[in-house]
Order: sequence, then C-alpha cells, then structure tokens
Amino acid sequence: MAKVVVSQKHCTVNPLKMSQPIGAALAYMGIENAMPLLHGSQGCTSFGLVLFVRHFREAIPMQTTALSEVATVLGGFENVEQALVNIASRTKPSLIGICTTGISEIKGDDVSGFLKLIRASHPELDPIALVSASTPDFAGAFQDGWATAVTRIIEELVEVPVTSKRPTRRVNVLPGCHLTPGDLDELRDIFEAFSLDPVFLPDLSGSLDGHIPTEFTPTTLGGITVAQIRRMGSALCTVAIGEQMHGAAITLEHRTGVPYKLFKRLTGLAANDELMAHLSHIGGVPVPQKYRRQRSQLVDAMLDGHFHFGGKRVALAAEPDLLSTMAHWLHEMGCEVQAAITTTQSPALESLPVDEVVIGDLEDLEMRASGADLLITHSHGRQASERLGIPLFRIGIPVFDRLGAGHQVTVGYRGTRDLIFAVGNLFLADVHEPSPATWMPVEQQELVSIQVQ
Amino acid sequence: MSTLGAKVQQVFDEPGCATNQAKPTKERKKGCNKMLAPGAAAGGCAFDGAKIALQPITDVAHLIHGPIGCEGHSWDNRGAKSSGPMLYRTSFTTAMQENDIIFGGEKHLYHAIKEIVEKHNPPAVFVYQTCVPAMIGDDIEAVCKAAAKKVGRPVIPVNVPGFVGSKNLGNKLAGEALLDYVIGTEEPKFTTPYDINIIGEYNLSGELWQVKPLLDELGIRILACISGDAKYHEVASSHRAKAAMMVCSKAMINVARKMEERYGIPFFEGSFYGIGDMSESLRQIAQLLVDRGAPAELLERTEAIIQREEAKAWQQIAPYRERLAGKRVLLFTGGVKSWSVVAALQEAGLEITGTSVKKSTPDDKKRIKELVKEDAHMYDDLRPREMYAMLKEARADIMLSGGRTQFVALKAKMPWLDINQERHHAYAGYVGIVALVNEIDKALHNPIWEQVRKPAPWETAATAEAREYHIA
Repeated sequence: MAKVVVSQKHCTVNPLKMSQPIGAALAYMGIENAMPLLHGSQGCTSFGLVLFVRHFREAIPMQTTALSEVATVLGGFENVEQALVNIASRTKPSLIGICTTGISEIKGDDVSGFLKLIRASHPELDPIALVSASTPDFAGAFQDGWATAVTRIIEELVEVPVTSKRPTRRVNVLPGCHLTPGDLDELRDIFEAFSLDPVFLPDLSGSLDGHIPTEFTPTTLGGITVAQIRRMGSALCTVAIGEQMHGAAITLEHRTGVPYKLFKRLTGLAANDELMAHLSHIGGVPVPQKYRRQRSQLVDAMLDGHFHFGGKRVALAAEPDLLSTMAHWLHEMGCEVQAAITTTQSPALESLPVDEVVIGDLEDLEMRASGADLLITHSHGRQASERLGIPLFRIGIPVFDRLGAGHQVTVGYRGTRDLIFAVGNLFLADVHEPSPATWMPVEQQELVSIQVQ
Repeated sequence: MSTLGAKVQQVFDEPGCATNQAKPTKERKKGCNKMLAPGAAAGGCAFDGAKIALQPITDVAHLIHGPIGCEGHSWDNRGAKSSGPMLYRTSFTTAMQENDIIFGGEKHLYHAIKEIVEKHNPPAVFVYQTCVPAMIGDDIEAVCKAAAKKVGRPVIPVNVPGFVGSKNLGNKLAGEALLDYVIGTEEPKFTTPYDINIIGEYNLSGELWQVKPLLDELGIRILACISGDAKYHEVASSHRAKAAMMVCSKAMINVARKMEERYGIPFFEGSFYGIGDMSESLRQIAQLLVDRGAPAELLERTEAIIQREEAKAWQQIAPYRERLAGKRVLLFTGGVKSWSVVAALQEAGLEITGTSVKKSTPDDKKRIKELVKEDAHMYDDLRPREMYAMLKEARADIMLSGGRTQFVALKAKMPWLDINQERHHAYAGYVGIVALVNEIDKALHNPIWEQVRKPAPWETAATAEAREYHIA
C-alpha cells in the first residue's frame, strides 16, 4: 500500500504534468476525419500542437476559438459559433471535438448550451458530430482530460441498441492515453488472433502511427469512424485498459448494457496471462500457438534479464496509469522503485509497490533520485539525468529527443519482452568497471591517493 | 488591465515602424493586431512571444504565473544556447489550481518567488502573467514589487496574458518590460568606444557564436545581446553601448527605438543571414561606432575582414554550386527572414520558386521582388493543401519552412529543411551560410528519395500515380 502525498511546494519546478485540454484533444485525434477545438486563447492550442508535433513527428490537426481579452469577459458564444462554421467550411470534418480551457471555464461558458443554439441556426453543421468536454487547465491532468473526452464521446454518440441481440465477435476496446499507436497495433493483432473484431476508442493507431496518406487532409488521417462509435452499443463486450478508462467503461455499460472488463495494465507476464485467458474465454477459442510461443520467449527474457534487474533502484515519474504499469513491472523484475512521482489522483496509486507516491514535478523526482540506477520519465527528465549522471529511459508524452515514440510497444508478451531488452540494455551499458580501488578499504584508498599526489 | 491596455496601444503606435507610419492616424492607433479568425487561426499567443524574447537571458529564473497548460507544454523546447549559466532551462511555474482561482493567486506567486530565490539565488526573477490570473485580477506588478523588497533583488513583471494578442505583440511587450524595469538600472564595469548591443538575436543553436569571433577579432565588444546568451547584468547595463544592431525587425523595434530616444544609441536594422547581409551588417556596425567616436581605422580593418571572409565563404560554397544549380526552393518563413534567406540561397545557385510574404512589410516585399526572378510567386497565405499539391507535382525540389509545415513536404515525399526557431543547425554569418548550403545539399541528395518514391512491386506505376496524385 502506497501513501499518496501531494508536494507542498509553492513553485512547481520542471513540470511533469500536462493539462487536461490537450489530453482531451489527443483523444479526439483517435477519430477519423476529426478536428479538436480548444475553447481558449490561441496559445492554448499552439503550445499543445507544437508538443504533439515534436512527439509524434506528424502533422497535428488542432484549432482554437481564439478568445480575445474582450471575448473572455463577454463570453465566447460567438467565438465557438464562428470556429465551428469556419472549420466546417474549410476542412469538412466528421467530428469536431471541443475542449474547454482555464479561461473559458472561469468565465463559465456553457458550451453544451452553446452547441444547441448553434445547431438550431446552422443546418450546415448537421452532418458533423459535435462533442464537448469540460477540461479546465487548473484541475486534473492530461489523462483526466483524455478520460473525460472519451466518456463524453460515448454519452453523445453511442446509440442505445434496439435489440438485445449482440454480435458475437465485435469487442470495444477503451485504451488509456498511456498506450501508444504501436501498443494498439499489437493489441489489434492479439484480439484478431482470437477471431475477435476489436474496435478501439480512441484509435491513435489509425491516425498517429506515422503512415503516408494517399492524399493531403487537414483533419486526422484515420482512426475509429463516427459510424463505428455509434454502433459500440451493440458489441459483445468492452475491454478497458488503465484505471483512467474505468469511468468510460461504466458509462458505456449503463447506456447500452455492454459488459466490461478492466485491465489495470498489460505489461508483464501475469497481466498478459489474464488478458489471453479472457480473450480465449470470450472468443471461445484456445490461446493460439503464436502467443504460447511468445509467452515462452517472455519467460526466457525474464530469466536472461533478471541478473541485471535484480536489486536495481529506479526513480520513476509518469501519469498514474503509466506509473502503475511501469512500477508493477519493475517490481516483478526484482527492481526497487526508489521514487514514484505522478501528476494527479487515481485509484491506481494506492496499490503501487512503493511506500510513497508524490503528486509533484521533476524536481521532486530529481531530489529523490540520487543513488538510483535508472530514471524513467518523459524527455524532460534529460536535464536531471545529466545533472545526476544517471541514465534515462524515456516513456510517456512528450518524447521529443528520440525517434519512434509512437511505436514504443510495452503491451503483450512481445512488448514486455522487448521492454526487458531495452531497459536491461541501459543497465548493461551503465556497468561500472572494477578497478584496483573498488574493493580496497577506505583508509587504504586514502593512503594510495596521498602517495600518488 | 487598463495599464496593460495602454501599453498595448503604445506598442502598436510605433514611430519606428514604417508600416505603421504609412497608415492614416486612426488606423495607426488600432495597430497591427489582426483580429484572429476562430477556427482558422495558427500561431502562438503574447505569452509565447514574451518567453521567446526573454528566456534566452540565461542566469535569471523565469517564473510563469498560470495554470499548468501555459508552461507545462512548452518548457525547455527552444534552442537558445548559453555559454555559462543554465538556470534559464529550469522551468518555474505556479501551476495554479482551483484554490488559486477561488482565493486569488497573488500569495501563491509571492511565496513561489521567495522559494526560487532561496533555492537558486538568481540575480533577478522574471514573472510572466498569463490569461487565467489576469482574468481573476491578480496584480502581478504589485506582487513583484513586494517580493523584490523581500528578496532584495529585481523581480520583473512581464504582463503578457495570451489573449491580448499574437506572439509578435508578446515580443514587444517583453521589450517594454526590459525598458521599464531592467535597462539602465546597472552600470557596466567599464566601457569602450567599441561597445555595441545586438537586439532581437536569441542565439538559437548558438548562431551568435558564429558571428562573435569576427567581432572579437575587430575588437568590437557585445555589451549586451538582447537577449541571446545574455546575463542579467549585461542587459541592465546595456544603455552604455555606443551603437546597436536590430536583428529581427519586427520583434523588438520598440527596444531599439526607445534606447535611441532615451540613451542616444543609434541603431540600424540588419541580418546575419547570407554573405551580402553579413558583410553589410559588419560595415554598418563599424560605421556607427566610428560615427560615435571610435577611430576611423576600424572601417579599414572591417573591410579587410569582410574581404577575407567573403572569399573564404565563396570558396567553400563553390563546390556546391554545381550540385545545387537550378534546384527550385519553396521558402516559407516570416518577415525579415524571407529576403535575407532568399539572397543567401541565390548565392548557392538555387532558384526561388515561391516564398511567403505573410508576415513581411511592404519594404520586405519590395526587396524580395528585386531579388527573385519574375516567375517566382509571392504567397500571402498558402494553405497546406496547396503547398502539398505544389510539392507533389514537383513544382519545387525542396521546401524550407518551420516545423509546423514539415509534414506537408515529407508526406509528399519531398526534401524539407527546418529554418525556424526549433532547428538544430546554426546558419548565421559566413560559416552559417556554408552550413545552410551543406544542409540543403544533404537533404536534396539523400538516397532515400528515390527509394521512397518508387511504388511497391505489386503496385503498378500507373495505379500508384493515379492514387497519389489525386488531391482531394
């Protein structure tokens, strides 16, 4: 049982956290032909956009209602209206996903109310799905924004099925924002191997997986379609991944009766055994040979790798679900999680295999990381890594100083196996070569150094 | 907020700005803050612009007063380099939460300033105002004043809530903060007849250091660069310079003009990009210094260095000219950079097939027109879809632009080179232009282009083409 502590500093130093609106915007980006719209100042969108461009190395569709000083005082109705009309005529999206920001929330703009009025006077918006999520910057964090947007998409778009007959193979998958496009591709393969037909909401593997489109589009390049979302109520069941998706899964079940199962994480042997058993059960087929083989490879990697993981101390900073995934996996490999820093409250925190989790920043990480063998956090950990001389394994968002962030796979037997290799190789590369002084008693070392001088 | 409103008015009504002065009185007062179209806007906010302009000051703490969205998404993401202090790369923010919104964020800000000084002991703290605290009425000027008294050092309010306007306005408001609170508050240890300020140069990728060795050789001292690789003391004592060069014309013209007004420091507008512009800048610096009393022999020494460096640069570019001759460039960048880069590229034998003039002044446009061939296009606003079509139809061989549009080129399988702030290469001065030409050469002649454009064996050339050339 971990104690959750909130950092008591007045000044946040080297932030770990990112804000809700762009978490929500990323969720909308997993829908085909979508345009996320931040209801705020143009800077809110611009900063988020640059961050995602640097992380995914892809064009990022994201717009702004461009609130001016006057509009923040008088209310942003006209800005939302104009933005929707402009986006509709310029880019013809299937969905516009609105995220509020700190300023529109403080003003108290009722965006849902706005949308009703705007719909009434703009029939040209009829073919476009409109979803809005309340995501102020001054509360919660990135993964909360993502979760809120997914819940709101379900509430607005999923149709309540008319019959109770369910297709036997279609499965809804609700992935948390800690899963990469590469993770979703891996999961799709796994589900399909059980003759299941998975539908991911959101599906970043369709939109931000780094493929070359055949034509230029100013909206998202792929992802789940609005029509597929509408039909989610008639699926066989739902698989939610990460505590953050619990609420969305419950909402979907209440609305449509589709039962869900929550997987807190999909990294590690036991976690994946549970997934395989579940898929075998709902698919009614035995675990395919391919995955039995992969399981065996993972077991072998654990055997080969444990020499290098056992007793290693790791300082870890990530959003709750990613933190939980990594902390449990490291613990299972024999590492000690020396420091655990996160961004926001979550039920995932209490069960972590650490004494204390701090809701804080990368300064909190740096202060608790001395003597650690490895840092694990996003790219902003690079300064701490340099100062402390401790290697950094980059994970989460943003990763802007390495290639392939969107294809880092940590789910499944194979993803776990490769993670053991990637992290294990950092341990191996950081081996300290012995010297004659290594085992020398301290007094003798001092004597030698005096003689040398 | 009324003081901020007045400040914005004042910054817009800029006598040093030719565009502004060409307007009728009424329009002039309105300034150049274009109304943004909701749903069709791109670009950063005033806070973004202020941070770009001031964050290169390396030894101070930059504290952002606002919710996490303002600083959490953007810290440590620019390539302004430091020759010493690293504090500017540490991110400080009040990361305002619900309680701050309800009770006000002033106390929180005050304590944050104290905490920073206790931990890092910087010569000054810069405090940036953002939209949320501006809305709830946090008075950062008052907090900074009180905190400065408490911590015994300057605490500079930079009043730039994003919603007041664009990045460019933010640059200027940042300049106003320097003029109001920093410049002229300290004295240099000594002065020389060769002291200059360089205004609007941010030392991205270390570009200042491509120019500095030549100034050093001439005995010209950069008293302060505002703000690339600057230390607080240098900016604070910059009012004792003999002359100034203003680098990025639109960003900090107010600083250059007001320093001339207040301290009699003459300035010229110049660029370090391209051989011709670099030489011209050196000449102007020397001339201004001589006008202010430096010995006239400086002019001769400057000419000698220009001759030597130009010859060296041409010699280094020569081998590329053959490889690059006739290659067509699509150039998308803002304002002053357009014409200065155009000249540079032509030196390497490249042809400019199109360039953007969205952020350019009429004067910039005139200069571009003089430089490029008649058939080159000047675009006010080219949509990504059209850029893509141009590249896809091979009406250009390479695109040079900022990071936002890179994927338009790459997805069209066309070479692209980053020439904006986030770039990793330094292109200033004589050595820089050679580096730029080398980068273009590497980009154009990389063997991947032929490979990635070839259709997969199971796709006939005809179907692939039909598919790929279909522009929605």
